[in-house]
Amino acid sequence: MSDEKPANRRRHGLTTRLWHWTNALCLLVLLMSGLTIFNAHPRLYWGEYGSNHDYAWMAVGSGETFGYLRFGETRIETTGVLGNWEDDQGRTQTWAFPGWATIPSYYSLADGRRWHFFFAWIFSIGLTLFMIRSFWNRHVQRDLHIGRKEWSPLALWRSFRQHTKFTEVRQSPDKPYNSIQKVSYVGVIFILLPLMIFTGLAMSPAMDANWPFLTDIFGGRQSARSIHFIAAFSLVLFFVIHLLMVILSGPIRPIKAMLTGGERREE
Amino acid sequence: MKNRLITRRNILIGSAGGLLSGCDALNRNPAFQDILATAETANFKVQRALGDRMQLATEYSLADRSPTFRANGTRDPGTPDYASSAAQGFADWQLRLTGLFKKPQDFSLSALQSMPQRTQTTRHDCVEGWSAIGQWTGVPLKILLDLAQLRDSAKFLVFHCADKLGGRPYYESIDLLDGFHPQTILAHRLNGEALPVANGAPLRLRVERQLGYKHAKYVTGIEAVASLDGIGEGKGGYWQDVANYEWYAGI
Repeated sequence: MSDEKPANRRRHGLTTRLWHWTNALCLLVLLMSGLTIFNAHPRLYWGEYGSNHDYAWMAVGSGETFGYLRFGETRIETTGVLGNWEDDQGRTQTWAFPGWATIPSYYSLADGRRWHFFFAWIFSIGLTLFMIRSFWNRHVQRDLHIGRKEWSPLALWRSFRQHTKFTEVRQSPDKPYNSIQKVSYVGVIFILLPLMIFTGLAMSPAMDANWPFLTDIFGGRQSARSIHFIAAFSLVLFFVIHLLMVILSGPIRPIKAMLTGGERREE
Repeated sequence: MKNRLITRRNILIGSAGGLLSGCDALNRNPAFQDILATAETANFKVQRALGDRMQLATEYSLADRSPTFRANGTRDPGTPDYASSAAQGFADWQLRLTGLFKKPQDFSLSALQSMPQRTQTTRHDCVEGWSAIGQWTGVPLKILLDLAQLRDSAKFLVFHCADKLGGRPYYESIDLLDGFHPQTILAHRLNGEALPVANGAPLRLRVERQLGYKHAKYVTGIEAVASLDGIGEGKGGYWQDVANYEWYAGI
């Protein structure tokens, strides 16, 4: 928080606001360019190796007239969205993820990688600076620290019930973060986002030579790739719920607070 | 760009369509591409700085190998010359060392096979995302470089290949740091057998700390150069010229 006087704090400090929007942009570009990279080989494996001859636990496949998503032995037809879709010129494409979900909107692995690595650097540096600043100015200890009582199943259940009551959700922008908010913010900032960076690095052959333990921790390069993908979609899930909560609790005031800091208030 | 922005579909899709068109427009902008590429320079510098420069890539046990080693790119050069050489077990195959060597020379396949060999079981990581583990045997490139003696002006090693993709000859290049790395070998065996045609027979480069497209197959010559400018379109490799892949493929 930019203002150290506790009696006169804004809802969101300047560091938090700057990071929030920089990070939002980075994650959007990383997701969409990541899907371009995934399209190059839309199959996921466990272990060190995995290619077309090996069993994929998840795959997007294409036929001439249909597309499908396969989890284990379960096949779900996804024609029109995954594996077989029409581009904006009306041509049928058989890449896994459709053009509206990828950067660039046409298939270019080299360009997708360039976007991905550029924004990965901004994302990683931003996250590191945000973490340092947020411990230093006690944002983490003050606003995000999850007390022992808040970890109890009853407290989490109460917090969950609050999320289902419209009036409680409407009042939430004026209150300190509730248990579920804290757990999800801490989970995203300190688990999911670092996991994206480390599983990403674990896929690099040069990093594997430099820091072999990194790939080992995740159980191999293909496991790291699978975890990278799962963590990315966990972030998408977080984003969907986050957005829903913002809309239900405002939406103007919480968005304005994340832009301007919100009203100064006494504590 | 203007046309893209006013199509009905993009108006319907609204901001999402605008964002995508915007990204595509940026993607086609050379200045923006240069900005994006600064990250690749950072990858190269940081990855080289982080480890011992001769750090070995992970080596595996034979039990860790992929049941089938996937072949990618050219699976058979398909030229009459290559076919006739393959028919005689590549007995006439010559590896030509040219360019900035004090003693440029040719090596036959049998000469290479009679030199000290290195066997390594390593993971091959494709830029597309898949991996395969295989055991490679070949002659360390350092032995050949020591025999032919690089001139001081040599900065890169260009690998010329017998295969063409889309009518263009495949080639790749590495710098001297990777050239002298102990795991950089010219492999002629895969999993204890003669290297199959699909995997680059009779000679393929292994440069273990980089992605698969650097591992040139069907190698016919090594040219030592001071700069990559005069080779192909000057970007240092087939995929770099054709599809803008990065010359440094450590990630």
